[in-house]
Amino acid sequence: MHDLKHLDAEAKKLMMELEGKTLKPRERAAIPPQEMPAQDAQKRIGNMNEVARGYTEAQVRLESMRCLQCKNAPCIKGCPVEIDIPRFIKHAEDGKFAESLAVIKESSLLPAICGRVCPQETQCQEFCTVGKMLKDVNKAVSIGRIERYVADVELHGGNPIMPEVASPTGKRVAIVGSGPAGITAAADIRKAGHEVTIFEAFHKPGGVMVYGIPEFRLPKAIVEYEINNLKQMGVEIKTNFLVGRTRKLRDLIDKDGYNAVFIGSGAGLPKFMHIEGENLIGVLSANEYLTRSNLMKAYNREHAHTPIFVSRVVGVLGGGNVAMDAARTAVRLGAEKVYVVYRRTEKEMPARVEEVAHAKEEGVEFLLLQSPKRILGNEKQQVRAMEVLSYKLGEPDDSGRRRPIAIEGSERELPVDTVIVSIGNDSNPLLEKTTEGLATNKWGNIIINDDCSTSIDRIYAGGDIVLGAATVILAMGQGRKAAASINALLASESGD
Amino acid sequence: MNRILAKRQLSDEVFLMKIEAPLIAQERQPGQFIILQLDTDFGERIPLTIADADPEEGSITIIFQTVGNTSHRLAAMETGDAIENLLGPLGHPTDIRKYGKVVCVGGGIGVAPLHPIAKAMKEAGNEVTIIIGARNRKLVIFEEEMGRIADKLIVCTDDGSYGRKALVTGPLKEVCETWNPDLAVAIGPPIMMKFCAETTRPFGVHTLVSLNTIMIDGTGMCGGCRVTVGGETKFVCVDGPEFDGHLVDFDNMMLRLGTYTREEEADHHACHLDLALEEDHGNA
Ligand SMILES: Cc1cc2nc3c(=O)[nH]c(=O)nc-3n(C[C@H](O)[C@H](O)[C@H](O)COP(=O)(O)OP(=O)(O)OC[C@H]3O[C@@H](n4cnc5c(N)ncnc54)[C@H](O)[C@@H]3O)c2cc1C
Ligand code: FES
Repeated sequence: MHDLKHLDAEAKKLMMELEGKTLKPRERAAIPPQEMPAQDAQKRIGNMNEVARGYTEAQVRLESMRCLQCKNAPCIKGCPVEIDIPRFIKHAEDGKFAESLAVIKESSLLPAICGRVCPQETQCQEFCTVGKMLKDVNKAVSIGRIERYVADVELHGGNPIMPEVASPTGKRVAIVGSGPAGITAAADIRKAGHEVTIFEAFHKPGGVMVYGIPEFRLPKAIVEYEINNLKQMGVEIKTNFLVGRTRKLRDLIDKDGYNAVFIGSGAGLPKFMHIEGENLIGVLSANEYLTRSNLMKAYNREHAHTPIFVSRVVGVLGGGNVAMDAARTAVRLGAEKVYVVYRRTEKEMPARVEEVAHAKEEGVEFLLLQSPKRILGNEKQQVRAMEVLSYKLGEPDDSGRRRPIAIEGSERELPVDTVIVSIGNDSNPLLEKTTEGLATNKWGNIIINDDCSTSIDRIYAGGDIVLGAATVILAMGQGRKAAASINALLASESGD
Repeated sequence: MNRILAKRQLSDEVFLMKIEAPLIAQERQPGQFIILQLDTDFGERIPLTIADADPEEGSITIIFQTVGNTSHRLAAMETGDAIENLLGPLGHPTDIRKYGKVVCVGGGIGVAPLHPIAKAMKEAGNEVTIIIGARNRKLVIFEEEMGRIADKLIVCTDDGSYGRKALVTGPLKEVCETWNPDLAVAIGPPIMMKFCAETTRPFGVHTLVSLNTIMIDGTGMCGGCRVTVGGETKFVCVDGPEFDGHLVDFDNMMLRLGTYTREEEADHHACHLDLALEEDHGNA
């Protein structure tokens, strides 16, 4: 059903009928939503390659024809960076992919990445008129897939459009962290002619896109491509540099002569459940499991020196993208059975719909309305089971989601040998602890003003370190905003 | 970039390396460590304590024992070679101040990270007794350097081939009985630190231990380094590496250290094989 050749043939046939015709809105909405070609589930669980293969040209043009080009463009309001969606889709419909991409790049720096990982069904696509007409958000125009296609055209040998860099201003800006927030801020600040240095704690730049999100969902070559673009613009990247330890944050300004700093250091403090048995052997945070697999390439047993926990039966705790990534990684690393254990129902799961569907196809079993009470070990302190409690949904809580309530006496044992905790990330406290006067809230998120400035003069922040664990697109949006503020600050000071 | 400036073999399995790392040399304080990785694509990240640093020369000194794949590969590198990735200084520095009387206990390779701490304690005006222990004579390191710092130095070996025939806990108990130390610092294999903590407990001597768990990032991001201290979960890389030895759950920590043993043995075996192959090629 996700076979590329088949989907392409169908699309081509329909294209022949429709090409050159002037379509009425009703006719457009009647075009069948184009399925994403994907690797066969049985095959893909044996490899790390990308699952979603991307539309073919016929498919992308058909999907673009489904767009009604609404005058009020409700989709744009759903986009955190307000991409001019109808305009880029119009170009895609006409087969003008470079023009289409140029429209996206007016607002977004990383379309190949966002096209793959944005939660479109709760952003742009949620507001799409076509989805509303068909009474199913999953039948909205696949804006993300179209975005991915036009971005991939450039990636696969098109001519990259290098942003122009203004003449040198003599000012220098330091960026802490090379995730989407840092990358975006770096690009925008560099364009204004300032010298930019990114400091990254890890040995490879890219942030969560490199250490967290697996290859089968976001090929690392794409992140590398974006990083190389940055380098070509003249951005310097210093890896193995932990700001706060290798150098104090304030020293970057006071001693090293940077005129401003942007902090995009991410969330990066795994939450644990604080239940009995959490430090048994075989209990891992998703961050650890995924970092071993992705960044350290532990899935490549032949070459990698980093070991990874070998599991038979895995319980993954949580219902977000991180949980899906951990579960699907475990499947690929040879686990016989993988459960996702989540306290609420599928409707409340924060993961992207596509990832949940892919996980199911790959044999991951969802245990909903359940949560572990404690983790049980054997005499060697190795995990042997989880004691799971059933839940029901009560009244909505602050987040608007219905609060799960434990059902007394519903305990049962679920035999597992591995527990992967993916219940979210708090903010890493390192910068706060090593920087006097950096204001944070009670969750440790850095507090910013509207212009992304922090409590310290010349220091700005954005992305997960401000928002808590959020999304790539929101991190990127804040990187942009902070860059604009920094550029304005430096411009106001030039000539003195 | 991170060139090896000097290399010395201290014993069969123990090596000292001076590595170019100007920024780390400037910022580091006693008790802190680094993480190194020899190959950006496939290498593993291992934590090593900083034994010494020279800010003027821009170098740090590490001392390591060849235990796994990476440490064996590191030992095979020579002066002039560069270490691809080196991150630090990591962890909380030791709380150095005037306590009064401080007993410092180092076991095996643990003597290396203990050295800068003992030195700083002395410089802060403490009276310092140092106990160093090793399996045998050949594994005793830093005796001379420690001798220069200590008001009193006790050396012991498990087999009696040098110094006193004793485990470090023997002399530690005597010191507690006769000298009333205000603080004990114990660094060495987990089992040694566990028994040092047990030794000082009845005397109520506050005891710092420095934990060396499995680590990946070393920045607090993964939780792989977590230990149970006083019933709470702590991350060694950011909350530590030093903790109150009387509160650490050593048994759990030691079991967790073995999490990957099976796989590492396989990998280490493979490493020996291809190192052997490389040598063969060299001779051919
Ligand atoms: C497994 C996983 C899956 C996800 N899936 C999705 C998804 O499908 N869609 C989506 O939109 N979002 C997803 N997210 C969330 C998304 O990745 C983040 O919201 C986004 O990456 C945040 O960007 P950032 O730039 O703020 O920080 P990060 O990407 O976290 O980057 C921060 C970088 O800063 C570095 N750093 C931290 N402290 C320091 C310091 N003191 N000095 C130097 N460097 C430092 C870190 O090493 C890191 O590389 C996922 C997250 C995870 C963990
Ligand atoms: S090593 Fe990852 S949190 Fe400590």
